[in-house]
Amino acid sequence: MLDVNGLTTDFVTRSASVRAVDDVSFAIAAGETLALVGESGCGKSATALSLMRLIGPPGGAIAGSIRFDGIDVMALDVAGLRRLRGKNVAMIFQDPMTSLNPVLTIGLQLGETLQTHLGLSVRAARRRARELLEMVGIPEAERRLGDYPHQFSGGMRQRVMIAMALSCRPRLILADEITTALDVTIQAQILELLKRLTRELQTAILLITHDLGVVAGMADRVNVMYAGQIVESAATLDLFLNPSMPYTRGLLDSIPRIDSEVRERLVPIRGVPPNLANPPPGCRFEPRCAHRRDICAARMPTLRQRPNTTAPHLTRCWAAQDVAEGGWLIGRDRHTVRETLAIPGDDA
Amino acid sequence: MSGPSLAHRVSALAENLVEVQDLAVEFGLDGGRRLRAVDGVSFAIRRGETLGLVGESGCGKSTLGRAVTQLIRPSRGSVRFAGQEIAGLGHRQMRPVRRRVQMVFQDPYASLNPRMTIGQTLNESLSVHALARGSARRPRIVDLLESVGLDEAAIDRYPHEFSGGQRQRVGIARALAVEPEFIVADEPISALDVSIQAQTINLMMDLQRRHALTYLFIAHDLAVVRHISDRVAVMYLGKIVEIAERRELYAAPQHPYTEALLSAVPVPDPRVEARRRRIVLEGDVPSPVEPPSGCRFRTRCWKAIDTCAREEPPLIERSPGHWSACHLASPGGETRPT
Repeated sequence: MLDVNGLTTDFVTRSASVRAVDDVSFAIAAGETLALVGESGCGKSATALSLMRLIGPPGGAIAGSIRFDGIDVMALDVAGLRRLRGKNVAMIFQDPMTSLNPVLTIGLQLGETLQTHLGLSVRAARRRARELLEMVGIPEAERRLGDYPHQFSGGMRQRVMIAMALSCRPRLILADEITTALDVTIQAQILELLKRLTRELQTAILLITHDLGVVAGMADRVNVMYAGQIVESAATLDLFLNPSMPYTRGLLDSIPRIDSEVRERLVPIRGVPPNLANPPPGCRFEPRCAHRRDICAARMPTLRQRPNTTAPHLTRCWAAQDVAEGGWLIGRDRHTVRETLAIPGDDA
Repeated sequence: MSGPSLAHRVSALAENLVEVQDLAVEFGLDGGRRLRAVDGVSFAIRRGETLGLVGESGCGKSTLGRAVTQLIRPSRGSVRFAGQEIAGLGHRQMRPVRRRVQMVFQDPYASLNPRMTIGQTLNESLSVHALARGSARRPRIVDLLESVGLDEAAIDRYPHEFSGGQRQRVGIARALAVEPEFIVADEPISALDVSIQAQTINLMMDLQRRHALTYLFIAHDLAVVRHISDRVAVMYLGKIVEIAERRELYAAPQHPYTEALLSAVPVPDPRVEARRRRIVLEGDVPSPVEPPSGCRFRTRCWKAIDTCAREEPPLIERSPGHWSACHLASPGGETRPT
């Protein structure tokens, strides 16, 4: 349904040009949830904004190919983009307060979307808006239509955003850190809601997050991003069981798990990500990598199929691709040797 | 009121460095309304241990941390530090205590003076308490920087020249400068990226061992709290609803809120996530200005019975060292079937 090929996004400032997204390619099938995981500044949000062509001159430039349902998004004019955004592809952001208009009631904002994209009458739009609020579990929906965004709590606002995003039955939702600002019990509500509704409506999701726990519970497939590039791509279970890029393994090893009784020392990733105005010539993770070799600093590894497996599993790592020499994939994974205890809500 | 007896009971087992009894903090609002951010809280922290304090935004955990260190004046109750009552002490009387009690904040950028170099910041802490004077000053600062993993070059640099993780190291170095015994860390890692969080957690645990520090570790991340704490207290709307040894709290929570909180945390393992049954709480946290009658959690509790709306459940020790405030928790700690 969505096909992205060689997507490259540059941000240009007076002093430097920064490649925030560097040759990113992926596809999303109808109804599928693809996670884009990474830390601050890795280019995951810039990827989403680029897909909607929300980055452009004078500050930024996008290159590559984006096809949605066969439509060439890069060739769309303003009117075409407007039809695409909102109707076929919807976006939900981290902070709903900045995406909602503070001086318009929720009813008007929801209604406007429905009138614009679905051509509903004012009255029909209002009726549909109420149904949508009910669908996302907002009590007293009729009355709340007349409320302003500030009268809603953070979790309620995010529900409104989900209602708005789903209002035109989009085929794809770009969800950018949608639960990061929320408390954990509210996060559980929102993720549960999004999962249920998108399953019912067969909506695909591009889930952008830094939280590997959220990924584990939501995604079908995962792309890990580091310094503007995809460094690993696999089905969710495969990625968590067989992380083959040292950065992915590092992310998993550096987080304490709530279901783990063992209090062993966390294994942090040393150092900090590179400055993208002047990235290292070879592998971008090389300066922080515990498994680096000579070739890693000299040449950028390509994103290639991991050896000895038939499942699609791409990795950008010289060592992982070189399993003949033993690679780096030997040694025990911290998470497979640890004792896992029962936790509340765990049925096993 | 079972609260005051808690600190008392715990003190029989090990030396308590901090004893908090019936502590309350109120803020005045427009129209004469009062917001009771912390409402009658009692607990103790043993010397050398880490007490984790968890809860969601607005539950009062940060206010509690600040009231314990007297950065906020409590409106009621007692805070004893190493046997000395410090609640209500004046500025001057508080100064010797300040050297022994330090804070680390969430946002090191906001808590460091942007116009002072790191060296000047650390120098100030040492000067205030007249430590490492004269020629001993600079080596002491270099020492501090090294103990948090920063090199000497940091002395002449400004906060904006550092990454978030490095700034948090500076924040920790500043707290350590005065050789405190007790550190209240308020969400010290929540603003950091995942790979940097682990560095900071390891650093804090190493420093605790090396300097025999006692921590009150305030955080909303239950996995991190499980990793770093010896005991954990759970707050909801200004009250401690449960407090227990770490292992006990996570394996056998007695309060439905703790149960829901634990079940809501996503686990970075698709196998675990696929078979979990989540307790999804309905609704939002009520306003602390007008908390619900009886048990404050009852409006979101799936187990609530009539009593919960009428009577406030006291915090009771159900099994040794495991305290919870729920009408449905039996004295033995088992939750009654509903």
